[in-house]
Amino acid sequence: MSTVLPRDAGPRTSAPADEPLAIAGRSFRSRLIVGTGKYDAPATMVEALRASGTEIVTVAVRRIDLDATKEESLLHHLDPEEFFLLPNTAGCATAEDAVRYARLGREAGLHDWVKLEVIGDQETLFPDVAELLAAARTLVEEGFTVLAYTNDDLVTALKLQDVGVAAVMPLASPIGSGLGLLNPVTIRILKRRLDVPVIVDAGVGTASDACLTMEQGVDGILMNTALAAAERPALMAAAMRRAVEAGRMAYLAGRMPRREWAVPSSPTGGMLA
Amino acid sequence: MSENGKSRAGGADMDPRDAIELQVNGEPRRVPGGLTVAGLLDRLEVDRRTVVVELNRRILRRENLEEEQLDAGDRVEIVRFVGGG
Repeated sequence: MSTVLPRDAGPRTSAPADEPLAIAGRSFRSRLIVGTGKYDAPATMVEALRASGTEIVTVAVRRIDLDATKEESLLHHLDPEEFFLLPNTAGCATAEDAVRYARLGREAGLHDWVKLEVIGDQETLFPDVAELLAAARTLVEEGFTVLAYTNDDLVTALKLQDVGVAAVMPLASPIGSGLGLLNPVTIRILKRRLDVPVIVDAGVGTASDACLTMEQGVDGILMNTALAAAERPALMAAAMRRAVEAGRMAYLAGRMPRREWAVPSSPTGGMLA
Repeated sequence: MSENGKSRAGGADMDPRDAIELQVNGEPRRVPGGLTVAGLLDRLEVDRRTVVVELNRRILRRENLEEEQLDAGDRVEIVRFVGGG
């Protein structure tokens, strides 16, 4: 079943121009990065990716199934001309493994970018920051452009930046949890203190989560399960696209101050006697 | 050609006296001696444009697969991109 999507609003001539998302000298119009895991069918995935407006999609590296070598590969469905394929090191628990997977991903792909993930705990999928830093150091030395999935800890983020990663990717909440942005304050601190792009990776569940996250001033969001596990992935992808844009615009617009008392919007003078 | 069992055992065309045993993606697999990595991929009916091969922890360049000779006990890993976040 194909999803009927809302029509695009057309050229947004009235909205002030935003800078493109720049990572390691490459520019992207979309601030939304999308994962390709957990979709029911490849066609559903492609429809969602297109509806999201994303330009960068993440992929994993795994052994082929020797009993099903005729099965269509993911590359059959994803045109590298249409999407920038970003290999990840998901599932790796040590720096050594992550470096191995990153090298395999580089050989399978067309460039030396990697989304670096080193998992330290299987229940929470929180990163092992010591192994993460070690892997990042090795990969940067080998010429990789490293986008590092990490927690929202400022000190680790600063160390990753010192090592030379191209982007720091703090989680909003645990991978696949859909809990949304749990700590806007730490994310804002990271954004304020880092020079490299901050891309929130993991935890976003629905459009309001994405919007709220972008309103913190971060440079982008990476999500996967929020789309793949939605009842209608393409429709959620279209919603996320708009939410990321809305959150970005609201951040750039500068929100009004919060105050805990009312201020009338209509003139107080000129009332009937 | 790859109907279970047969290809796993190395194929009917193989003289058992020449066979060598490899570890392919963690599984033991008997193949004819003198096989190259490209030959192994052909036997497994794997499209070599979509995979990357690691031989004894060394990543092989796609253009060298024809020259890489397999020996008994070699550990071969064949990977490809799959969906992931």
